[in-house]
Amino acid sequence: MLMYLCRRIAAIVPVVLIVGVLVFLMLRLTPGDPAAVIAGNSASSEDIAQIRSQLGLDQPIAAQFFIWAGKMVVGDFGESFFYKKTVASLIVDRLEPTLALAVLTIILATVISVPLGALAAYRQGSWVDRVVMGFSVLGFSAPVFVIGYLLIYVFSVKLGWFPVQGYQRLSDGFGGFIYRLILPSITLSIVYIALLARMTRTSVLEVLNEDYVRTARSKGLSSMKVLVRHALRNAAVPIVTVIGVSIALLISGVVVTESVFNIPGLGRLTVDAVLARDYPTVQAVVLLFSLTYVVINLTIDLLYLVLDPRIRY
Amino acid sequence: MLLESTRKRATVLLAAAICLAAPALANAQTTLHAVMQSDLKILDPIWTTAYIVRNYGYMVYDTLFAMDAKGDIKPQMVDTYSVSADNLTWTFTLRDGLLFHDGAPVTSEDCIASIKRWGARDAVGQMLMTFVKEMKVVDAKTFTISLNAATGLMLQGLGKPSSNPAFIMPKRVADTPPNEQIKDYIGSGPFVFKTDEWKPGVKAVFVKFDKYKPRSEPPSAMAGGKVVKLDRVEWIVMTDQQTAVNALKAGEIDFIEQPSIDLLPEITKSPDLKLVDGNPLGYQYAFRFNVLHKPFDNPKIRQALLYAFNQEDFLKATIGDPTYYKECKALFVCGMPFASDAGMTDKLESNFKKARELLKEGGYDGEPVVLLQSTDLGTLTNLAPVAKSLMEKIGMKVDMQSMDWQTVVARRTKKDAPDKGGWNAMLTSWVAADILNPVSSAFVNASCDKAPFGWPCDPELEKLRADFAREIDPAKQKAIVDAVQVREAEYPTYINIGQWYQPYAMRKTITGVIAAPVAVFWNVEKAGG
Repeated sequence: MLMYLCRRIAAIVPVVLIVGVLVFLMLRLTPGDPAAVIAGNSASSEDIAQIRSQLGLDQPIAAQFFIWAGKMVVGDFGESFFYKKTVASLIVDRLEPTLALAVLTIILATVISVPLGALAAYRQGSWVDRVVMGFSVLGFSAPVFVIGYLLIYVFSVKLGWFPVQGYQRLSDGFGGFIYRLILPSITLSIVYIALLARMTRTSVLEVLNEDYVRTARSKGLSSMKVLVRHALRNAAVPIVTVIGVSIALLISGVVVTESVFNIPGLGRLTVDAVLARDYPTVQAVVLLFSLTYVVINLTIDLLYLVLDPRIRY
Repeated sequence: MLLESTRKRATVLLAAAICLAAPALANAQTTLHAVMQSDLKILDPIWTTAYIVRNYGYMVYDTLFAMDAKGDIKPQMVDTYSVSADNLTWTFTLRDGLLFHDGAPVTSEDCIASIKRWGARDAVGQMLMTFVKEMKVVDAKTFTISLNAATGLMLQGLGKPSSNPAFIMPKRVADTPPNEQIKDYIGSGPFVFKTDEWKPGVKAVFVKFDKYKPRSEPPSAMAGGKVVKLDRVEWIVMTDQQTAVNALKAGEIDFIEQPSIDLLPEITKSPDLKLVDGNPLGYQYAFRFNVLHKPFDNPKIRQALLYAFNQEDFLKATIGDPTYYKECKALFVCGMPFASDAGMTDKLESNFKKARELLKEGGYDGEPVVLLQSTDLGTLTNLAPVAKSLMEKIGMKVDMQSMDWQTVVARRTKKDAPDKGGWNAMLTSWVAADILNPVSSAFVNASCDKAPFGWPCDPELEKLRADFAREIDPAKQKAIVDAVQVREAEYPTYINIGQWYQPYAMRKTITGVIAAPVAVFWNVEKAGG
């Protein structure tokens, strides 16, 4: 077990290295020049060349890479080309909104979808099952931005119940923090509710046909106990996998929701940085996302041990 | 029953949440929330020409002179000024009571250091500095500028409304080398920038500078009294236009500087919102040639496009509603002192016959034109397809290459052959205030390698620009501008494909917005705090 853990942690190093090289090269090979963006429309070629030199972009790509990699090794993500702030401070600033949105969304999605999926499986073929599966198809099909605009139109513009946009930090008050996250997390959770409900239904259905469930029933256990203690627990491994992957996807994939609700999170930072060709910021954020994936995958693998004692590493 | 109790619980929870959030929303001060054209990333309005930084500059800094609504240059920080009989010595005296945000008085030393830094970066400033022999402090409020030859650029330069305006900074800040960004954001303008509240990508905050001493004249464009009637202005970064309009409807923001053209009907329909034509000069679309490569190295072929194009097709395709565009052939902006039709009367009428003749005369042999199309800026996207269609009508081959704007910005700086990563033509838009005369208009600069991308090279145009800089008589300046335009028709460096206007969107509670080339927030009032 300990060896397994060490091996998995050691595997993070080559992953980060490969991602670092790839993102560095892809950015340099993508058309675009941060110096031209910074200089503005009326800038002369000399101005642009001067800025390029100040940013170190006139050096050979290999030299640029080693300077960047050298800094990364000691935990220095560099300075944003545009904001003249450290990339680390930009990321720290943007981390809270994204994490808050992702966590609230996944809580909402899990709390709603797992019971719904289990219920649909238990009542397979009934109207409950059809409604849940119908919602699931709808949830998959509706683009996030359409749901977002629709919710804003109804609950913010027409009813005035929720704000259209913006984010309030947790340190500025829990009420305002939650209040501003309600619509964005509902918007974002719909697709995950659909996904998780479907996954739960399939997993529970498989388990419900197992011998040990029949045995539990024959022993006179109530339907609820059979469903929760035996079926759901044994169906948990694929569900937890999907939840874990969803968290990783959410952290790196909340761009649209962040734009629609004007939440200054990591997604928006990434898009802004890519559009402006802010190389140090893009490199750092992509590395962070890849690390998040690796860590979450490792956590899921470790969780299997708790959920299914038969699994050994 | 169950439904009713659930609804009641939901209402109570919602009310509790609103109450908890309320303290953050309540604000006794008058705060205006504005969504500007883009995010404020850089805080040095002399170092970059980016328009959002220029707008920031007008909040935080003041200028010695400023342009009024008629296009005349008026004193702003300057109280009185005079010029010697030989037009070689200018003397300026500052108004009483001008203070920087740290409480220090604005002095002649600050002004001279600021002019020097501006003169090293700005195109008009650079031209003006070629005339300057010496700048001398007379006393704390008076300074002189001695010239080695008379120039008409003194007031036009110091009162230049758009990038880069000659903003006055404290000497210690203005002494920063021109190629480095400043790190101290103290100005003497009507608003103080709150560096501690600045969150790049989220918001920029300005508060009223209580000790700012406005002029007594009423405000007129960038000139006149800058009376601040708001306690605080917050520039909220909002990348999604639909969200911005929704937030405006809901009263979460008060002002949008550049609402998307397709959302204007939605704004006019709303009973709480209004559109205000705050920038009467507007913008000008430009088709820029790269003269380094075939076929546009040949002026005859460039002239062919002057005949092939018409402004209406471009304007209809991009703006649509004639309320927001104007066909105007003047290179130096219709309605302004140097507006003229000279050399352009028979051009831009889609005279395809004449265009084909010129192509033939120019020996066009079918080489494809690499035309750059920006796909992510709504006001630019449709320009390139129209240009392509009109060029194909006269028999040109066009290779329209689509990319995001930042790629266009990078690509246009490349001098390589079009088939090796370079380009032949691209389309952009200018703030009209940037192109009011042949010296400030970057696309008329024909100084070969020193000219902006496209690199036109024409000694005659350069001589006319220099003549304009030397001329002090406005009537003679106008004659030179006409000559520039005639020369532009013979040696086109770019084509003016029409003027367009971008109204501000705001809530009806907002009044006093000044019609000016730059969105400014003095004189603006917000009813109900």
